[in-house]
Amino acid sequence: MTVTTSSDANGNVSAATARATERAAENAEASQPQPVTFAKALNTALADALEASDDVVLFGEDIGTLGGVFRITDGLTDRFGEHRCFDTPLAESGIAGMAAGMAMNGMRPVVEMQFDAFAYPALEQIFSHIAKMHNRTRGALKMPIVIRIPYAGGIGGVEHHCDSSESYYAHTPGLKVYAPATVADAYRMLREAIDSDDPVVFFEPKKLYWSKDRFDLDALRAEYDGGAPASRSEGKAVIAREGTDATLVAYGPSVSTAMAAAEAAAEEGRSIEVVDLRTIVPLDDATVAASVRKTGRAVVVAETPGFASVASELVARIQERCFHSLAAPVLRVTGFDVPFPAPKLEEFFLPSVDRILDTVDELQWEA
Amino acid sequence: MGTPPIGAEAREEERAAYLDETARKFGISVEDYLLPTDGSIRILDETGAIRPVAEQGTAPGHEYPLPEGDDLLAAYEALVVGRRVNDQNSALVRQGRMAVYPSSHGQEACQVAAALCLGEDDWMFPTYRDSVAVMTKGIDPVETMTLFRGDWHGGYDPKKYKVGIQSTPLTTQLLHGVGVAHAAKLRGEDTVVLAMCGDGATSEGDFHEALNFAAVFKLPVIFFVQNNQYAISVPLAHQTAAPSLAHKAVGYGMAGERVDGNDLVALLAVLRRAVRLARDGHGPLLVEAHTYRMQAHTNADDATRYRQDAEVQEWMAKDPVTRMRAYLQSESVLDDAAEARISEAAEAMATRLRDGMNEDVAPDPEDLFRFVFTEPTTQLNEQRARLVDELARDAATDTEATR
Ligand SMILES: Cc1ncc(C[n+]2csc(CCOP(=O)(O)OP(=O)(O)O)c2C)c(N)n1
Ligand SMILES: [Mg+2]
Repeated sequence: MTVTTSSDANGNVSAATARATERAAENAEASQPQPVTFAKALNTALADALEASDDVVLFGEDIGTLGGVFRITDGLTDRFGEHRCFDTPLAESGIAGMAAGMAMNGMRPVVEMQFDAFAYPALEQIFSHIAKMHNRTRGALKMPIVIRIPYAGGIGGVEHHCDSSESYYAHTPGLKVYAPATVADAYRMLREAIDSDDPVVFFEPKKLYWSKDRFDLDALRAEYDGGAPASRSEGKAVIAREGTDATLVAYGPSVSTAMAAAEAAAEEGRSIEVVDLRTIVPLDDATVAASVRKTGRAVVVAETPGFASVASELVARIQERCFHSLAAPVLRVTGFDVPFPAPKLEEFFLPSVDRILDTVDELQWEA
Repeated sequence: MGTPPIGAEAREEERAAYLDETARKFGISVEDYLLPTDGSIRILDETGAIRPVAEQGTAPGHEYPLPEGDDLLAAYEALVVGRRVNDQNSALVRQGRMAVYPSSHGQEACQVAAALCLGEDDWMFPTYRDSVAVMTKGIDPVETMTLFRGDWHGGYDPKKYKVGIQSTPLTTQLLHGVGVAHAAKLRGEDTVVLAMCGDGATSEGDFHEALNFAAVFKLPVIFFVQNNQYAISVPLAHQTAAPSLAHKAVGYGMAGERVDGNDLVALLAVLRRAVRLARDGHGPLLVEAHTYRMQAHTNADDATRYRQDAEVQEWMAKDPVTRMRAYLQSESVLDDAAEARISEAAEAMATRLRDGMNEDVAPDPEDLFRFVFTEPTTQLNEQRARLVDELARDAATDTEATR
């Protein structure tokens, strides 16, 4: 699997790493399919889902004529009509609440929250109804809703546009939380989220929207001919890079940073494994634990402020499952416990390659 | 699929045309169509006599024909049963058989009308206070009371009955009603949705969002507000400075109407017209019913801390049940035999509630994990196994102890 380095907004990838990646890309150029952006993969997934089922409807703010502020729904209103992809009044609770009602009445709504922090007005509907309806009705009502959230930092966004809000949702029983990190997963996991009968909060790392990857998108799409393919992403972490000395556990926007750190560490002679969780809920404890038992050392990487977060949960679970295999305490590289900073300060906040490497250095190697 | 019209101007024309068309249907101006009439629509006076038509609160374009006698007898039966349900449930709470019961005593006319105005495929979105409406729509009383007995957060299948689970987070359910109506409209079905809330709840943000969404998407939703004067302890004057709650409709481009919430005849007339309009594509509408919460907010509340007994006494005289009984007797629709039959039906309902609530249904602790997702996650299965193991060990210890 290739992970692009568009995530190097932090400017922390060493020049050597960048050159190596470039060279590899050039060599591969001739034989590989055209590059696909993360945004295009999402757009294609939405179009294919609209095509596959009349029950799928898209709505949100500016997603119709404009195609969304990130253009993820570009062209869908034109192609499928306003009854399938439309703008709502500016009211996030209204969007989520209407989605719940539509789901009660047989639809599969896919809603867009314009930015991470603008989803907060919808939290009551999401927490009190979308997450609980299936349980409340003992399974009589399913909530096949996807709440797409462009999220996290790395784009120099101003306040309210860069929050890593996944911990709130992951903490809420009844919600599935997806966080794709690669272009192929963007397609695969969005299709899977739309097919899911459970509500899915779908985190799209903004800094990856324009990242590219070379793979045969049409071949991937063809896997969906005649229904969802048997292979699932939900609850199935992948080993994004194999290694033997330590494990970096990451998801969404942090995977590319972790990959760059692993690459840099390799140059220093350290073999780092990178686990891409893909879905935070459900969590693939088994893959994470197997990796950490193998390497004996682990660092969790996430942009979210670390206190009481997905990162803390991961550390606790690794400790519970891998205690006797651990050569060092499990550490974390997360955002600081501060409000997401202004653009000029975000590089100090975001987990960087250097900070990850420094933390890996702290894993008691000398012994 | 054709490209939708682009730009503000094209959309503006579409918007104006919609209201014009509806107002034209009644031969009145858009303003007169949207605004409620000067007073509440009230057909029966407090003694149960028909008021002169000129005093019924109607206005041109806001006319309400008198509902039929047989129909009213059935409604009266539901009213009497509803009153019995309220009083039986309050008694069951006092006896410790139910965790809580927000009674609609005094509001039964609203409860009954909300259910009876709807067709079989229409949906209702009730609140915690609307148990009588839920039962009147045909849901088994014991299934309805499951929530209040404390067995589970909901006791019936909303899809089967087309009734949402009685909602506690204020006005959140209105948006679910909007969503159900929107889905139906997209599929070309003529479903109508009646979404309910209280007076205090109209201050919530979701009230605004729901009304606005319904109006913008032109959905067949009737927002039915039972203004019972209080939100727990807080009187309506603390919630709004609007001339009435029905007036709120006009800001959304929606018609509003006020109705005497203790006059079942007027309620049926107003709500049925609203349902008809909504079904014919003229929705949404807002109906405010003026009524009174005769008892405390719930059994846990002490209403003497915030209101005078004299006020309660005043409303006693406006009781919806006695008023309806007097009217139907004067019309010779209700005779002693019918009254006896109806009392029996009410008693049968009370017995059913007592039997149901006195039955101890042991909860299954494993249910905790069954419905969180469509399939339990690995983590939930681990937690379930742990609980099962813990229970098995407890059971073993108990057996040991009794040996
Ligand atoms: C969002 C939310 N906030 C607060 C409450 C607590 N609460 C329950 S009922 C109630 C009063 C509601 O009054 P009203 O809307 O007039 O309805 P009524 O109880 O009079 O039928 C309050 C504040 C709640 N259920 N939901
Ligand atoms: Mg009230």
